[in-house]
Amino acid sequence: MAMLQESEPLEGTLLPEPFIVSKVRRETRDTFTLEMEPLNGGEKHFTPGQFNMIYVYGVGEVPISISGDPAEPSILKHTVRAVGTVTRAITSVKRGGMLGVRGPFGSGWPLKEAEGYDVVVVAGGLGLAPLRPAILHLLRNRERYGRVAILYGARTPMDMLYKRELERWRARFDIDLDVTVDHATGGWKGNVGVVTTLIPGLKVDVPNTVALVCGPEIMMRFTVRELNKLGIPDERIYISMERNMKCAVGFCGHCQFGPQFICRDGPVFRYDVIRPFFQVREV
Amino acid sequence: MSVQSMEDIIREHSFFKGLQERYVKLLAGCASNVRFNAGEYIFKEGGRADKFYLIKSGKVSIEIYSPERGSIIIQTLGEGDVLGWSWLYPPYRWHFDARALELTRAIALDAECLRRKCEEDKEFGYELLKRFSQIIIQRLQSARLQLLDVYGHASRE
Repeated sequence: MAMLQESEPLEGTLLPEPFIVSKVRRETRDTFTLEMEPLNGGEKHFTPGQFNMIYVYGVGEVPISISGDPAEPSILKHTVRAVGTVTRAITSVKRGGMLGVRGPFGSGWPLKEAEGYDVVVVAGGLGLAPLRPAILHLLRNRERYGRVAILYGARTPMDMLYKRELERWRARFDIDLDVTVDHATGGWKGNVGVVTTLIPGLKVDVPNTVALVCGPEIMMRFTVRELNKLGIPDERIYISMERNMKCAVGFCGHCQFGPQFICRDGPVFRYDVIRPFFQVREV
Repeated sequence: MSVQSMEDIIREHSFFKGLQERYVKLLAGCASNVRFNAGEYIFKEGGRADKFYLIKSGKVSIEIYSPERGSIIIQTLGEGDVLGWSWLYPPYRWHFDARALELTRAIALDAECLRRKCEEDKEFGYELLKRFSQIIIQRLQSARLQLLDVYGHASRE
């Protein structure tokens, strides 16, 4: 069993750093984006796709993907949906409040490896949050990539994240953005249907395409199937997994997934690497 | 500028990809160009399913009407999609409404003409049925996923 050495630095891995919440923006009825700055100054560099453990003092700690811009390491951004005790506590923290942060942890999206390729980003629901840093990187370094297509599926128009940003992305001529909702409400004029229905219409060079996928596991399973049907092999599909991560450094085993630990070896995996375990119900 | 023939359009449409040339000719004999303005109904629930459509451009909503909630959009279709399969199965009545959300151009295929040709040439009928089965399976899977509400609020905390 791995043991922590006394000399091993705890700060950033097991010891939360205090962060001050500088801004809270409501995204949907129950989802908020928090901007945080380190109490002691400095920057928090991260790779798109990584996550932090966010600690509410006296309540508990949860893993949350980083949704900020990797080019702005002085501001840490997390988009959080209030679904349990800790996330409800996080989303009720006001401007000026304090949270503990450990991280960043885990693997990131293969943005370096994808250079020169067409890139398809498929996001479902809150899955857009961990993909946002990758999208911002793709847009900032647009010349390094071929075509970029973003497909986003949400439950209803009211459940869509980053609405203003989506409008800005849609206005760009150098990317294709397609949004769909499962259930239309109000005066919605866009697509209705699950996000997988948008995949056959992708205009990409299939043999030279890398896909980044994040969303609920069922959505990712069906997305992978559709991407395969289009001709994109498992080796060029990357997905971000979610499990009950506790220690975030591969010690506790809470997030074990076959031979992998989601917190340490993931959360981003090449699909062919985890395919054998993806539909094993026992893991 | 070259004008595409009906046969060219059918041959190049993804739904008919790889179709034998003689079948392309059979289909073209039952096909016509149509356009619908934004807001115009293409068909309504309960009406005779006497056509199906290959959408060339635009956007179409599949809707169901509820007296309490008005028209509810179940799905939208766009360029390259096939609209309508009720023409294949008795009693040949539409189960939903279809409405153009924007100016929509399509190829309409006449159902009676096609059903007759399917009866005369069973292989042609089987070929069409196989292709429509794929569409029906896709739509069924999509509907099931929609029903699952996969973006609902699960907590791992």
